[in-house]
Formats: sequence, C-alpha cells, structure tokens
Amino acid sequence: MITVANVDKTFGDNHVLKNVSAVFEAGKINMIIGASGSGKTVLMKSIIGLHRIDKGKIEYDGRNLPDMRMSDIRRLRREVGMLFQGSALFDSLSVLENVMYPLEMFSKTTKEEMMDRAVTCLKRVNLPENSYQLAPSEISGGMQKRVAIARAIALQPKYLFCDEPNSGLDPKTSLIIDQLISEITHEFNITTIINSHDMNSVMEIGEHIIFINKGEKAWEGNKSEIFHVDNDELNNFVFASNLYKMVKKANL
Amino acid sequence: MNIFEDTGKYILLMKRVLVFPDRWSMFFRQLPKELEKLGLQSLPIVVIISIFIGAIMTIQTKLNTENPMLPTYSTGLVTRDTLLLEFSSTILCLILAGKIGSNIASEIGTMRITEQIDALEIMGVNSANYLILPKIVAFVFIMPFLVIFSMGIGLIGGYLVGVFSDIITTADYLLGIQYAFIPYYVFYSLVKSLVFAFLIASVAAYYGYYAYGGALDVGKASTNAVVNGSILILFFNLLITNVMLN
Repeated sequence: MITVANVDKTFGDNHVLKNVSAVFEAGKINMIIGASGSGKTVLMKSIIGLHRIDKGKIEYDGRNLPDMRMSDIRRLRREVGMLFQGSALFDSLSVLENVMYPLEMFSKTTKEEMMDRAVTCLKRVNLPENSYQLAPSEISGGMQKRVAIARAIALQPKYLFCDEPNSGLDPKTSLIIDQLISEITHEFNITTIINSHDMNSVMEIGEHIIFINKGEKAWEGNKSEIFHVDNDELNNFVFASNLYKMVKKANL
Repeated sequence: MNIFEDTGKYILLMKRVLVFPDRWSMFFRQLPKELEKLGLQSLPIVVIISIFIGAIMTIQTKLNTENPMLPTYSTGLVTRDTLLLEFSSTILCLILAGKIGSNIASEIGTMRITEQIDALEIMGVNSANYLILPKIVAFVFIMPFLVIFSMGIGLIGGYLVGVFSDIITTADYLLGIQYAFIPYYVFYSLVKSLVFAFLIASVAAYYGYYAYGGALDVGKASTNAVVNGSILILFFNLLITNVMLN
C-alpha cells in the first residue's frame, strides 16, 4: 500500500501539486487521471522519488520516502516496477537481455535461472519466442510495451507504476495491455498506479480513480461513480468524447 | 553564474560515477565493449591524422629551417619533439574530443530523453556509475596506447617524406629523430593524455546525462561536450606544461 499525505511540489513559482492526499491499495488498479498539465505526471514522479517533494509524506507500507537516504531509496526501488510511456527499453540489449537486466543486476541466481525467469516473464506477456533475440527497435510498439511489462515484473515487484501505458497504441492493443496489467496486478497482489488520460482504460480496468485538476485532487472514487459526479472539471474531462456523452445519456 | 552551476553539477555527478559498481560482473561486461568502441574504433582516424601530420611537419620544418648554420638532422629532431610534446597528446586529444565526445554525449543524451536513464534509476541502479564509469575507465586506459601509437605513426609519416621526396634524406631524418632524445617528454605526454582522456569522457558524459528535451537538445549537448571539452583540454595543457616542463 502506498499512502500519499498532504504533498506539495513547486517548480520555481509554479505550484504544481497542492496538498494532495491519497491511499493506493495493493491488489487494485489505482488510476491517476487528469488533463495534460494537470500535475498527474509530477505526482507519479514524486511518488516514485524522481522529484523531491516540498512538503508531505509518501509512505510505502509505512516507509516514508522523503526521509530515506539515497541508498535506502535504491533498495526500495528494487521492489518497484515501472512501465514508461515510450517503453524505455535499452537499445543496446536484445528483448531477452532487457528482461534479464534487472535479474543480472540484483538477483543472486545462476545465469540459467535468470534465463528461465526472463522467459517465464516473456511468456506471461504472450510475446512470441522468435522475438526474444531481436532488438527493441525491431519489434512493434505493442510488443515493446509487453517487453517493458515483462522487465517490470521480472523481480516480482510489490509496486507497479505505469505512465500512459496506452500512449501510441491502437485501441485493440491498448485493451490487451490494459488487461495484462490488470491480470498481473491481481495475480501478484501488486500496488499498481496508472497515470492516464485514456477514458477507455479508466472504464476498462480502473478500480480506484483519482482526478487531478490544476495540481489538486478534485475527485476520488471508482468507475461506476464517475458518471454521476457533480464536478464540472471532471465532467468536462470525462465527457470530452462523444462516446462517453452517449454513455452518460444511456445511463440516465 | 552558469559556470559555477555546471562545475557544481559536474562534481556531484562525478561523486556518483567514481564509486564501486553495483555489480562488477556488469562492469566487466561493459568495459571490453567500451574499449572496442572508444579505443579500437578510433585507430583509423589516429593513423590517418598522425601519418599526414608527421609528413607535413617534416616538410614545413625543413622548408622553414633552410640555413647552413643548422645541422641537417634538425628537421628530424624538431619533428620528433613536436610530435612527442604537443601533437600526439594535445592535438590528437582535441580531435578525439570531437569524435569520442560527441559519441558519448549523444549516446547518453539519447538514453536520457528516451527515459532509459529513468528506467535504470527506477530499478535502483546507480545510472551514472553504470553508464559513465566504464567509458571513463576504458578511455583513460586506452589513451596512452593511442598516444604512443600516434607518435610512432607520425614519425613514420616523416620518414616517408624522406623516402618519396628529395626534401630530406632518410639518413638525416633518422639521425634527427634519435638525436638528444629526452624520455621525460614521452612521460609528460602520457600524463597529459591521461588527464585529457578523463576530461573528454567525463565532460561529454556530463552533457549527455543532463540533456533534456528532444533530438535537437541531444545535438546541443553533443556540441557543448565537444566545445567545452576542447577548451578544458587547452586549459589543462597550459597547466600541466607549466607544472611539468617549467
């Protein structure tokens, strides 16, 4: 479980996060949604520790991140998996080597065991075997995302962060990636936080949703509640697309 | 103000780089790759430049010292000392600052803008140490060999002038390059090359590591790495020369 309490973050004169508090439970898909520039990426990067917050607490099962020394943060990060918007696979390594990388870096198992674990992870994300030796640039965007998920779960993380996991993917591949993240979260009881502005994703897998607007938490709830909220900013965000306008009408 | 900020950030980065690697096995896996990329792949340019500079220096020295008062071996002597003292360390490093500096800055800069460095950090890896230390160690290790190689090839370039033209006889040239040889010059040149190699690799890595934005910014980082690396080479050349030869 990750607890965020009264978090403030400024960049110069720009007050990006204002007193944000939330609880992200394990075994659930927690989603941070909001328009571009709302502060959701800064919130996620602050939770991971890539940005140092000005005020507040970020607790990983009781361990307060801002109080930690760099060496402790590094140790904590070995319990964290992250799926980046652009996959962030290492260009110089093959698909298999990318998944083996965290194992080689931090596990004390033999080379064969590492290879087995990497292959298990790649099979879990349904990646065809003939792509294992290819370079990341030789596979499609959807496959790159799957490799990134396999790499993120290689060390069996307790916490999984996904930054715009569907960015640049077609609707069908997006759905596959969403379902994969959801399955992995429930299977391994991971605390998953997804940063997204894709309403299809929210409606597909979102179990706990936080809406960030102008750096503040403007709403919190689940996907069944999202259509019946009296919040103009949230409604403007959710019903920006005609599809969801029609869904709302149908619901009413 | 910028120079102080950059210096401070560079020192802090080096503090993260110059520590023991998280995993020695990963370090030793990277090291041969870097030796090959930064060292062996630089050999062709070192050979081409050294041979031409050696030849040109011999011709120019001979043409500018046409004086019966000067001994005939002076051309070889001047060529040798110029190669040993300046060309094979400083000028070669300035040229390599362009090749290696832009290579390192663009490689690390691209990793930065494509979030590969963030991915390393999230995994709990000391990304600065993992990415930069093998490059610095490899380049510092290989540089003295490149310098010695360049000295030899440069001297051969001068010899070829004697073989293929009437400007100087090979006998005069060979006498000149052996006359009043001071081994300390080689030591001085190697010391300089070690310092320059560290500067080239670390300054380029610094600009790459702190690149942000897009492809254009990686290009800017690469340019800054080459320009500032070259300026630092010249500055430290003055400093080391003053300390070691004065």
